[in-house]
Amino acid sequence: MAKPYLPKVVTANDLLRGDVIWLDAQGGWVRSLAEAAVFDTPQTAEAALKSAAAQVDKVVGAYLADIRLVGGEPEPVHFREEMRVRGAFANLDLTP
Amino acid sequence: MYRYDEFDDAFVRTRVAQFRGQVERRLSGALTEDEFKPLRLQNGLYLQLHAYMLRVAIPYGTLSSTQMQQLAMIAERWDRGFGHFTTRQNIQFNWPKLQDVPEILEALADVQMHAIQTSGNCIRNVTADHFAGAAADEIEDPRPTAELIRQWSSDHPEFAFLPRKFKIAVTGSPNDRAVTKAHDIGLRMVRDANGAPGYEVIVGGGLGRTPMIGKVIRGFLPKSDLLPYLEAIVRVYNLYGRRDNKYKARIKILVHEEGLEKIRAQVEAEFEQQMALSGGPLVAPDPAQVARIEAYFAAPELPERPAHSQNLSELLSLRPNLAAWVQTNTSDHRQPGYRIVTVTLKSIGEVPGDASASQMRVLADLAARYSLDELRISHEQNVILPHVAQDDLPAVFDTLRAAGLAEANAGLISDIIACPGMDYCALATARSIPIAQDIAKRFAEPARAREIGKMQVKISGCINACGHHHVGHVGILGLDKAGKENYQITLGGDATETLAVGERAGRGLDAEEVGPAMERLMDAYLRLRLSADETFLQAYRRLGAAPFKGAIYEEENADAA
Repeated sequence: MAKPYLPKVVTANDLLRGDVIWLDAQGGWVRSLAEAAVFDTPQTAEAALKSAAAQVDKVVGAYLADIRLVGGEPEPVHFREEMRVRGAFANLDLTP
Repeated sequence: MYRYDEFDDAFVRTRVAQFRGQVERRLSGALTEDEFKPLRLQNGLYLQLHAYMLRVAIPYGTLSSTQMQQLAMIAERWDRGFGHFTTRQNIQFNWPKLQDVPEILEALADVQMHAIQTSGNCIRNVTADHFAGAAADEIEDPRPTAELIRQWSSDHPEFAFLPRKFKIAVTGSPNDRAVTKAHDIGLRMVRDANGAPGYEVIVGGGLGRTPMIGKVIRGFLPKSDLLPYLEAIVRVYNLYGRRDNKYKARIKILVHEEGLEKIRAQVEAEFEQQMALSGGPLVAPDPAQVARIEAYFAAPELPERPAHSQNLSELLSLRPNLAAWVQTNTSDHRQPGYRIVTVTLKSIGEVPGDASASQMRVLADLAARYSLDELRISHEQNVILPHVAQDDLPAVFDTLRAAGLAEANAGLISDIIACPGMDYCALATARSIPIAQDIAKRFAEPARAREIGKMQVKISGCINACGHHHVGHVGILGLDKAGKENYQITLGGDATETLAVGERAGRGLDAEEVGPAMERLMDAYLRLRLSADETFLQAYRRLGAAPFKGAIYEEENADAA
């Protein structure tokens, strides 16, 4: 059985600062995943990515990232995206 | 230390000006990212997970106090107040903004530093023994050789687009502290039967996804033939190295697939051809230039001191913390009355290799006062003060302690190599830093760490092995296993002249399993060793992997019983 389609956000790095940004519903860029536009079909996601990637004077390396909605809020699916949301040194405290 | 001549300065300044223009064109839209990316990489500028990262070369790991002060200034002015020293004797700034990078490069040029060839498929920063010029066991200082190679390889037109990156390391001591057998080319300075200086040339070593131990391609190469011979090796690699698959593009794969004998024959033929050119080989350096380079690295004239410091001996008996630090963090100097000091950037719970701007300034000041203005960066991500009088060790220790830099753990279990991992690196598949911090905390008790003795734990956050996990006594490789961080343990690796690649212990561990497994592993070693003199590596070689694997997977073995 095919896997269910996971909702997507468009994410990239800011050209000037290099930091993590997400595409919002107005086609601008935000620094909070909570404010990102969520695309729940492949067609809308790909179209958003295409227009985002065209903003070459603002962003670098735009791509689609899987999210899940928790209480209506987008949350990363993969831990790499979680790291991008939380930033460096969101320490994994392993102390017993 | 080497000092730039007019050509060096002009070359670096020109590159800064070129890059300034390239950044301006990127920001104006005249260059696309695809066009700009190779240009920024050639100047050491990466785009990582959270920000740009600028990798600055520290040639053969040698820094002056002035240069360290400048790195501190850069960290404060354009970054977040710290820098990260790497396993390739570089420093990485993790948070620069694109438009600031030309200014940073200009500031580096002001102190004769740059970020050129710290990325890309070219000959990278040449590394060397971090005890160079000071070690008691040294045959010859490797840094003039490393500097000669740096000059030859910088902007070398033929080798700007090799099949893959190319790394060269040099050691002047029989005790290899530069991991020469894990480099594309490793050079060991040796003497022939008549006492003439030369090199044993090792080729095709490397770590990464396919670890290979370098092989001796020439047992003795006269010193004067170095550059033509290196040119021959790199030319053969450039011609025949694979370009169809980046994972098989390093010279180690070429040597492995073609065989050492075939590569040797090709290299020797190329070398002979160069030597037969009328007027000699094109890359033979002017002897006057070689002499100029060597003069910069002439052995320092240290004042004579008694071999035994009465003052220090008295203090050591009264101050156990100083005594522990002197025992673990200082090494034999070639001149009586002096020690080499290793300042570990491994305070318990801190990020391996990180130094704050204020710590950099403390280190620079200490070097200026007590170490002839010199510092070294080791591939073990530590800072070395190479020439410290025994009488000055208490003052150095006290200053380091006030700066949080006096951890007495050099070479012990908490002196961990760890790559930046997924806290920073866009290539990483898992985090390294929290694993290192966890292990260091578990073995924070100095007596326990000293009881375990020499122990090299090396952690990489991906298969590229920047954390040298293959050659750790205990290696830890972070991977992504079905969307979860997972850590493979290897045992029995060796980073010295008896280089060995560690063996995989078994199934990967979850992050929270690694620390407890390390504790069981060390307990097993303490139980199994013949005496306190038998190191982990010796015990491992005597007993084989089984009892150590058993310790790592103890719980599941018990479940299965």
